[in-house]
Amino acid sequence: MEGFLVALVIASTPLLFATLGEIMTEKAGLLNLGVEGMMLIGAVAGFGAGYTTNSPVIAVIAAIVAGGFSGLLFGFLTISLRANQVVSGLTLTIFGAGFSSFLGTNFIGLKMSESFITSFEPFKIPLLSSIPIIGNALFNQDLFVYGGMIVAILLGVYLYRTRKGLNLVAVGENPSAADASGINVDLYKYVHLTLGGALCGLGGAYLSVVDVPQWQDNITAGRGWIAIALVIFVAWNPIKAIFGAYLFGGLSIIGFRLQQYGISQSLLDTLPYLVTIIVLVISSTRNSKDNGPPKGLSVPYFREER
Amino acid sequence: MRMIKRTDMTPSKAILIRTIAISLSILIASLFIVIMGHNPLSVFVSMIVGAFGTAYRIQDTLTIAIPLVVTSIGIMIAFKMKFWNIGAEGQILMGAFMASYVALNYGDLPKIVLLPLMFIAGFVGGGFWALIPAVLKVQFGTNETIITLMLNYIAINWITYLQYGPWKDPGSMGFPRIAEFSDNALLPKLFGVHVGWIIAIIIVIIISFILAKTKNGYKLSVVGESVDTARYAGMNVKRIIITSIVVSGGICGLVGMMEVSGVNRTLTAGVSAGYGYTAIITTWLSGLKATVIIPVSILFAGMIKGGSFIQTAFQIPQSAADLLQALILFFVIGSEFFIQYRLVKSEKKEVA
Repeated sequence: MEGFLVALVIASTPLLFATLGEIMTEKAGLLNLGVEGMMLIGAVAGFGAGYTTNSPVIAVIAAIVAGGFSGLLFGFLTISLRANQVVSGLTLTIFGAGFSSFLGTNFIGLKMSESFITSFEPFKIPLLSSIPIIGNALFNQDLFVYGGMIVAILLGVYLYRTRKGLNLVAVGENPSAADASGINVDLYKYVHLTLGGALCGLGGAYLSVVDVPQWQDNITAGRGWIAIALVIFVAWNPIKAIFGAYLFGGLSIIGFRLQQYGISQSLLDTLPYLVTIIVLVISSTRNSKDNGPPKGLSVPYFREER
Repeated sequence: MRMIKRTDMTPSKAILIRTIAISLSILIASLFIVIMGHNPLSVFVSMIVGAFGTAYRIQDTLTIAIPLVVTSIGIMIAFKMKFWNIGAEGQILMGAFMASYVALNYGDLPKIVLLPLMFIAGFVGGGFWALIPAVLKVQFGTNETIITLMLNYIAINWITYLQYGPWKDPGSMGFPRIAEFSDNALLPKLFGVHVGWIIAIIIVIIISFILAKTKNGYKLSVVGESVDTARYAGMNVKRIIITSIVVSGGICGLVGMMEVSGVNRTLTAGVSAGYGYTAIITTWLSGLKATVIIPVSILFAGMIKGGSFIQTAFQIPQSAADLLQALILFFVIGSEFFIQYRLVKSEKKEVA
């Protein structure tokens, strides 16, 4: 059981990063369906930079920068050029898949060095890690896992407790009103889209740099899409995102553990996707005013047409 | 700088802007190729030669263009209703699954009976797979993009399950493979390409006609423009959405039938080969116009075929072609802005 929980938290970490990134993006009123692409771009950038420099810090920075840039690219198309968000997001995913697979051809089969891997070894947080059952899963993990939880809490505080965060919510809910009250709508959108992209990039990099840590083509395997569904499931709430990610992290590894009971691996592999559908249907039936999407989501904002 | 809506856009100007956009994307791609240490011109030339250089290669390229054309038509119907169906991949697979079920179990039937049966089965398979997100969207407002994508993954795993489990060919000596179809279940060839190309042309004509000339086609475009208008005009919006999406998925399902019957001769989890995703690009680039879909799809089929050719000729990975496609799309969707708007210098006065 303890082993399962530890694996669950690890499996949930890339989902958590991507979900938080997309929450930030959608809070700014932008629906970026390119999460999968941004994760792949971050994954290949992190792996490439980490492998060539053997520096964990550079790997992480590369993933952040690459993810941020891909968010910026989406922003340029949808904010400045008013392109259709759905199509732009899909293109970003196709681009990310092509880009990562193109650059990744040189990395296939390569593994990070021992010294690199040790810098992402789990380390115990004193006292907390000795809590029975959940101690090891939550407090004896690698830097990324802690980072994900910290970012989730910070984002929660930012959105609900700070002035800038409330401004962001205003931008997503009602851009004209936000604009009228002196908020620079486009700047807010750009900044949060870029930050959101960086988080998605980190989520992808966790897979290639820490979890696997070996380059595989299409290493994210649909996690970006699950993250988009998770955003709806957790009702755009960063704190709830932690638990949503645990649920899906658990589903993605449960198949492996049920295999011994003679159930087909292929059928078990459909579980996370099946549950995503069920979850999405349930959350769309009970979407009320409080946990619905931002009002301005995916509606382009034209100052001139105000 | 500020922008104003253009009123002076002529079709020829719009084409010029799009051409500039595509040229720019090719320029960026050339930069990539230079960085890789190759001559972009010779790479592009050999891509074209690889795709259209010989009769055999042209046949190969057209064989790739067929599923792209038909899938794009299916996707186009959904996109016209602003139903963001990215589940063509799964709809192709489920169409292939149903058609294969018929082919494997009733392979003794005469060709003239068997092929139409497989055709219907393919339509039903794809249509059913599209019915799910359509009903969910209409009833609960569930986001169709994610549902259709999740259904893609489920379809792939389902076929893999069949391939490794219940449908595994006992005569394959343990190799996880589904049995080959009987000769009766294979689409005939005409001019070296399976007759799917004729079917594709017929589908393009029928759908163009329905969209442009019939009441149902008109209803579809009204719902696509504004659900409220359609409702106000007394249309049954739910029914229109569900029917069109089922037709959209059914057409994608036909692709699955044509691929198993005309190309692969059996069912594998890889039968859709990413056509479902590439067709999203071709559909959008065609401006949701059925007739434009044909040349765009042939062009993209050429890129796929040429892409695999330069892989052997220059050791440039196949994914370079994917990258090129995405670049082109980026530039074209970005260029739409310059077709819609004009940038003017605003005089420096108002300090907001």
